[in-house]
Amino acid sequence: MKQPRPMKTFVLQEQGPIELTHATISYFFPKVEASVKTHSSTPMEAPIRATEFLRFTLLSLLFFVCRSSPSHDLLISNAERRIDLTSHIVKVYLTLKVENAGSTPTSEILLAFPPTQVDHLATVEALVTKGKRKKTTLARLDVTPTELPDAPNGTKYFTIYLTNPLNSGESTTLEVLYLFTHSLEPFPAEIGQSESQLVYYRDSALILSPYHIKQQTTFLKTPSTKVESFTRVEPTNRAGTEMKYGPYEDRHPYTFSPILIHFENNSPFPVVEELVREVEISHWGNLQVTEQYTLVHGGARHKGVFSRVDYQSRPNMNGVSSLRYLLARLPPRVHSVYYRDEIGNISSSHLRTDSRKSELEIEPRYPLFGGWKATFVIGYGLPLQDFLFESSDDRRYLNFTFGCPLLDTVVDKLTVKVVLPEGSKDPSAVVPFTVEQHLETKYSYLDVVGRTVVVMEKKNLVPVHNSHFQVYYTFKPIFMLAEPLMLASAFFLFFVACVAYLHIDLSIRK
Amino acid sequence: MAAPETSTAAVPTLYTNNTLRNAFGGVLSFFILLLIGVMAFSIRLFSVIKYESVIHEFDPYFNYRVTQFLAKNGIYEFWNWFDDRTWYPLGRVIGGTVYPGLTLTAGTIWWLLNSLNIPLSVETVCVFTAPIFSAFASWATFLLTKEVKGTGAGLTAAALLAMVPSYISRSVAGSYDNEAVAIFALIFTFYLYIKTLNTGSLFYATLNSIAYFYMVCSWGGYTFIINLIPMHVLLCIVTGRFSSRLYIAYAPLVVLGTLLAALVPVVGFNAVMTSEHFASFLVFIILHVVAFVYYIKGILSPKMFKVAVTLVVSVGLAVCCAVIAVLIALVASSPTKGWSGRSLSLLDPTYASKYIPIIASVSEHQPPTWPSYFMDINVLAFLVPAGIIACFSPLSDSSSFVVLYIATSVYFSGVMVRLMLVFAPAACITSGIALSQSFDVFTRSIKFQLPGISSNTEVDAAETSSATAEAQNDAVKTEKSEETSKNRPSKKSKKKEKEEKPSTKAKAEKRLLALPLDSSVISLLLLILLGAFYVVHCVWAAAEAYSAPSIVLTSRSHDGLHVFDDFREAYGWLRHNTDVDDKVASWWDYGYQTTAMANRTVIVDNNTWNNTHIATVGTAMSSPEKAAWEIFHSLDVKYVLVVFGGLVGYPSDDINKFLWMVRIGGGVFPHIKEPDYLRDGQYRIDSQATPTMLNCLMYKLSYYRFVETDGKGFDRVRQTEIGKKHFKLTHFEEVFTTHHWMVRIYKLKPPKNRIRGKTKKSKSKTSSTSSRGKRSGSGKKNPWQ
Repeated sequence: MKQPRPMKTFVLQEQGPIELTHATISYFFPKVEASVKTHSSTPMEAPIRATEFLRFTLLSLLFFVCRSSPSHDLLISNAERRIDLTSHIVKVYLTLKVENAGSTPTSEILLAFPPTQVDHLATVEALVTKGKRKKTTLARLDVTPTELPDAPNGTKYFTIYLTNPLNSGESTTLEVLYLFTHSLEPFPAEIGQSESQLVYYRDSALILSPYHIKQQTTFLKTPSTKVESFTRVEPTNRAGTEMKYGPYEDRHPYTFSPILIHFENNSPFPVVEELVREVEISHWGNLQVTEQYTLVHGGARHKGVFSRVDYQSRPNMNGVSSLRYLLARLPPRVHSVYYRDEIGNISSSHLRTDSRKSELEIEPRYPLFGGWKATFVIGYGLPLQDFLFESSDDRRYLNFTFGCPLLDTVVDKLTVKVVLPEGSKDPSAVVPFTVEQHLETKYSYLDVVGRTVVVMEKKNLVPVHNSHFQVYYTFKPIFMLAEPLMLASAFFLFFVACVAYLHIDLSIRK
Repeated sequence: MAAPETSTAAVPTLYTNNTLRNAFGGVLSFFILLLIGVMAFSIRLFSVIKYESVIHEFDPYFNYRVTQFLAKNGIYEFWNWFDDRTWYPLGRVIGGTVYPGLTLTAGTIWWLLNSLNIPLSVETVCVFTAPIFSAFASWATFLLTKEVKGTGAGLTAAALLAMVPSYISRSVAGSYDNEAVAIFALIFTFYLYIKTLNTGSLFYATLNSIAYFYMVCSWGGYTFIINLIPMHVLLCIVTGRFSSRLYIAYAPLVVLGTLLAALVPVVGFNAVMTSEHFASFLVFIILHVVAFVYYIKGILSPKMFKVAVTLVVSVGLAVCCAVIAVLIALVASSPTKGWSGRSLSLLDPTYASKYIPIIASVSEHQPPTWPSYFMDINVLAFLVPAGIIACFSPLSDSSSFVVLYIATSVYFSGVMVRLMLVFAPAACITSGIALSQSFDVFTRSIKFQLPGISSNTEVDAAETSSATAEAQNDAVKTEKSEETSKNRPSKKSKKKEKEEKPSTKAKAEKRLLALPLDSSVISLLLLILLGAFYVVHCVWAAAEAYSAPSIVLTSRSHDGLHVFDDFREAYGWLRHNTDVDDKVASWWDYGYQTTAMANRTVIVDNNTWNNTHIATVGTAMSSPEKAAWEIFHSLDVKYVLVVFGGLVGYPSDDINKFLWMVRIGGGVFPHIKEPDYLRDGQYRIDSQATPTMLNCLMYKLSYYRFVETDGKGFDRVRQTEIGKKHFKLTHFEEVFTTHHWMVRIYKLKPPKNRIRGKTKKSKSKTSSTSSRGKRSGSGKKNPWQ
């Protein structure tokens, strides 16, 4: 597998200017916590050179996207891509320096993905650096999937909308983060207990782009130094856990050069095939969360025997890629946590709480080897005042995290159900990304009309999706008394009936 | 508690006003009953609090699975349910082979709750069915004892039953077994019988048949009812107590009850065909003859009657002889004389161990030891004789029934430890009578001798026998409330005193004599002490002895509580990581759990209806690896599950049960011989063990690579080093072993592509004895036919 492959280029097609009309979009970003990460980037002739940048900025901003037409007038003067292969979620950091070489200002920049990668693409985020040196801030940009009529070989596009149109001759630096799931293919697909897990990663040495790229470099980071093979596309070199492809100069649009890397990745691949989170609001002061997991180890399938004696006596050599425990990060002040499955409680879990977060460490009933499955339920209660607020227009809203609380897991399908109290009206959900929504009715303790359930479904989630969502609804507190009153009146009627029965003589004879 | 205070205060002031006092007593006993019900329920929740809300043991898992099916598919599907997950490849017709009472009860409760929008899971309902029904059972005990000896005795008996350890052992939360509802049904049927006997009301007689029907639905132990009641009827007739009330109590029960019983699929025509029911029909005939004789006697003059008697007797004898001859011929034609194996082992305690090892192998079918009586009924054992004596003074129809009940159940409990459960209510009833009567005597003599209220007592005394019942009731009631508040009477006032008391009391009652003040005060205190001892024991038994669910084990060590959850680990693994149609072979003990928890098809399970099939599995476990592989392969088995306790010292593992596998297997396939596995009559697995033992599949699967854990292969259950330490498996491979090694799962290796040397194979086949040779010759698919 070590021989370099010839470069393959996409068929170039003449593309006329594409007319795309976009309504003015106003978008409100929720505030998210900032995390600062130092990152060294290669020097380039950018006017704003950020050697240190913030990701996930918390800026709420309003921006307009003007009518514009993407064209080949744009070119990328410098592109740097860093691919992190250390866990089973492939993280790609892309730094693009975009230059408008045309005459008309433009505010749309296209990202291109091969169709095989798009299926595994969990999220795309784009940030633009702003401000002078030292005081650079990052602003999040809107990214939407886009269909172009004459995409070569089924290439899929995402459009980044710039806040301020890029005038002719200007350039800007974009930071793009995208994540792939299920992109590491175990090879060999089946391993024994004592073998380590080797995986394939497929990508292109050259960044697929509809624009001309003047200079580009790709870095790959593997979890260990053990790399079985990798495709060489000169210049290529490898040092330690890092591989460098490039720099490549002056590549045409849609140039593609497949590479294959075969390396060791012994981290377990926790994949939640299906997760149903049910959040039940009780205005008596409790928020009950029930999460039903179908967990599978998505790595190389386990083959042959499972020997407990080897597993217990030599844990470093046996079952290194097995999934022994999982960590769930729950909100603070969590109470009545349970962890069970369909046949009862699972005793191997630990809960650590402090004032800022709660951590639940759970072990499945048995260590999960590749391909092994387990199902379980985690449930917990939370104080309502931490999550339920009143909005200005007299409505109430629930503010809760969307994704899966397990760290470093991929969720193939997530269903979030928000069970509103009986009698609440006009539910509406605000989610920072697109989800499928519908309403259901659920009957719980002594319900008469049923509770409205807002159901949200999303596929292919990664921890990045653990952002907050809001569900707005109106609710009159008088409904809280419905069930107690109902019970009271039922008992009252029962006693009245008893009294009546005792005082009525039904006998025929006197 | 407020109740006792008010009662003691109220009694003297309201003394003259009888109606008010009765009303007050009624309310008081209602609340006491309510509290008894709450106590009966809550004392059984130790298992939920200490462990979790989970179904216990083996049979409850099957009932739970059936209930799930019922809740999911409805009643009609349930009747027609053919279960292909068990007894592979035979399957089992569930609807026609289960006692559906428990399942239908829990299913109805679940359906009712859900239609009220109370979304409890089926599991929760199942877990709490038993405690709820034990509250019902204690109320039924109250009713029954009240019919026999008055309210005071009733309340005492109800309180005793609410916490009797024997019953707790079968009805803790999670113990979702037939007995949980059956004991209630049993007592309630008896109550309705006594009630009919006392009132002669056809209404109660009908209710009695329905209660009997519920009992038939619930438990195979209904044969106890249908034999005990005829015995009592016969007793009444023999002792000259025949009355129209007796006729009404019995005749409708037999007719209606038998018809209703025949409706239950599992009973069906057995209700008229098997010998268990024979006594009831015989007594039914006798009862009619006697009734007819009484009728004739009434309309004829004494002289004519004598003539008629001689005529009828001579003719009747001839007819009877003919009928009995036919019956005997019919019964004798059946190999078991028309009795089921379990009933036979009741009549002849040595029967099962001689002929049916599969019944004898179940620990709950063994005779109990003396300590188990003390463990299960505690001080009641001493109170029972006193209660029996109390029943004789005066002897009534109903009290003779109690005497008969206790006498028969003592015998049955002596045969099978499981039937201790039938004995416990009888013991509670008689002890309740004994306690309440002795309390009655003591308090009355105290009252009689206290100077302050002597005038009152004299008035009371004047009322004498007519008022005794009421007075007793009240007196006992006050005691009763003391008991409940303080947790019931006494300790070591011992059997001697106990026996003296009621007998002297009986005399005292007649002659209006009272015991000396100080001795009665002391005796009262001793009685309370005895009761306190009983309560302490019951709570201990409920909390410690009977609360373990047996699928989760815990051990307390110096570094805290250690949980062994290996069974569910293994079942969970099977459930998620094997193909849904894979067949799992294990010893039959784990069949129900495997189908319920792992949802996999099993070869044999705890419903031991096919001895040959179980013997096949037993044979496989006792055979060497290759022969075992052939048997399992012919059964389509993919996984073999063994339970092994040698690493952590879990004593009820498969190695300890292994001799039963050999016995049961050898019972059908004679090439398995028990002496081959024993060295000088001793069962051992150390280096002295026989080669047959060390090469059998069970040994190999249990101890495969066991030596690598500690280097020596020390078995903590048998307290010895194992005999054969290093060996390889050729036809099986280990696919899963739980954390503490308690469950080990092996997979059958696929058959080899090339058969090396055909001669070798045929030789191995013929080497096994004729029966096996025949089986394998008759076709590989069905070798046990």
